[in-house]
Amino acid sequence: MVDTRVSLAGVVLDNPIIPASGTFGFGREFSELYDISKLGSISFKGTTKDPRLGNEQPRIADCQAGMLNAVGLQNPGIGAVLMEEIPRLEKVFPKPLIANISGFSEDEFVALAEAMDKVQAVGIIEVNVSCPNVHAGGVNFASDRKETEKITRAVKAVTHKPVFVKLSPNVTDIADMAKGCEAAGADGISLINTLLGMRIDIKRRKPVLANRYGGYSGPGIFPVALRMVDQVRHAVDIPIIGMGGIATVDDVIEMIMAGASAVQIGAANLVDPWTCSRLVDELPERMEELGIESLDEIRGIA
Amino acid sequence: MKDELFTIEKNDLLCKGTYLMRLKGDTSRISGPGQFVNIKIEGLYLRRPMSIACYDFEGIDIIYKIVGKGTAEMAAMEPGDTLSCLCPLGNGFDLSQIPKHAILTGGGAGAMPIYQLAKILTDAGMAPHVVIGFNNEEEMFFAEEFKAVGCDLTIATMDGSVGVKGTVVDAMKKLKEEGKNDLAYACVCGPDPMMKAVSEITASGQYDLGGRMACGFGACMGCTIETAKGPARVCKEGPIFRQEDIIW
Repeated sequence: MVDTRVSLAGVVLDNPIIPASGTFGFGREFSELYDISKLGSISFKGTTKDPRLGNEQPRIADCQAGMLNAVGLQNPGIGAVLMEEIPRLEKVFPKPLIANISGFSEDEFVALAEAMDKVQAVGIIEVNVSCPNVHAGGVNFASDRKETEKITRAVKAVTHKPVFVKLSPNVTDIADMAKGCEAAGADGISLINTLLGMRIDIKRRKPVLANRYGGYSGPGIFPVALRMVDQVRHAVDIPIIGMGGIATVDDVIEMIMAGASAVQIGAANLVDPWTCSRLVDELPERMEELGIESLDEIRGIA
Repeated sequence: MKDELFTIEKNDLLCKGTYLMRLKGDTSRISGPGQFVNIKIEGLYLRRPMSIACYDFEGIDIIYKIVGKGTAEMAAMEPGDTLSCLCPLGNGFDLSQIPKHAILTGGGAGAMPIYQLAKILTDAGMAPHVVIGFNNEEEMFFAEEFKAVGCDLTIATMDGSVGVKGTVVDAMKKLKEEGKNDLAYACVCGPDPMMKAVSEITASGQYDLGGRMACGFGACMGCTIETAKGPARVCKEGPIFRQEDIIW
């Protein structure tokens, strides 16, 4: 029997497979398709203080080996997430959740972290400083090390739960950003968020997305994600949740060999909603084939 | 919803630029006209959502126009090829809300979901009036099939080559002037500007909104629109919406 367990800053997961925020909602649609309690954890839909409708239509564009999205953090707001979504989700997923929070100011991040700190079902707080589709006065905290550190420190001050900071790949030096998070007290790093992209409708002579730009995700970004996880692993000593274009069990193993403790699966859920379920089933079989007894044995081995 | 493997039985040019694809497979979960499937096409990342134009115990019909890469790929497929489809998706027309003398109207490829709806309602003893619109005679399809349903039928073409000259809206206004229908209720499927124009002359009804989607089953929020009842995912709460809930 191989051991698929992993630890994220003290939170032990049965396996490293985690659906990524924004591609799994609050699990409701997927729980109708398979028993989602088999998943390692779930990073639920990025939650803001107030309900958000998100960006104008169209918000989706297809592209080579992936897709663009400019959903713009549509979510029902922290009130509804605490009162309705989490209670419903914990009934079908009785394991520690990853609460993905997004804010437009330091105060908003702090308020969200304070609220999530009180929720027993939440095991980890994932601080999304890097949504590329939303611009409050042009601020994207993740592109500024000082801002990211400030938010990390402020969130850490109001919660005892492990804090993972989700980083954007749209920066000059990802390792430097990760170092900043570690110095500010982060318990771990999630990376990468989507790559900022664009498509143009040549018949309409206009951008496909109403938001003009959107986040590129899917298998096309996997090599970029892998490289960034490798760089961050060499720069910090805190655990990493690796993500970006993962679709197969071999992608999962590659990501762990690059240094990730666990992985998140995003776009693949939208094309094949059974992807995460299959990865949980396939991982032990593939580990056995490759002579891997535990994931600790291969983490960062490459 | 399941990931069903369908086999292409035929994939024929129906009229200028419009194809009919007949897919054989399990249709037992389909509950009514207006639902759709999300098709995986080799070489494209996202699936492509397509209205189920018609379904029976053995399979489904899809009517499509070549508008981009996905539909061009579909047109090149051969009988015997298989397609992975998430099926069925969304909510169909709410038949319980449709009065006896409703207008059922479709424009272009949007005429197809109307065909099955017309058949079901007529078989149930209702007396709908079908209004279908095309650019011209060359792009018209299914006129004979619609006639065979046995309900009242008005065809409109933009160039006047068949039936009323103009849009389905022109044809509907004429029906009202002639006292043939009071336009109290319409079931509508077609391009957005056409549906909006219909809503402006109709008291109430149901509209097939479609739109750009990624997942098709409610996970990604890619297709959300604002409605009178709050945010709604076209793929999950729709694609059929009540006229009073739509914000055009």
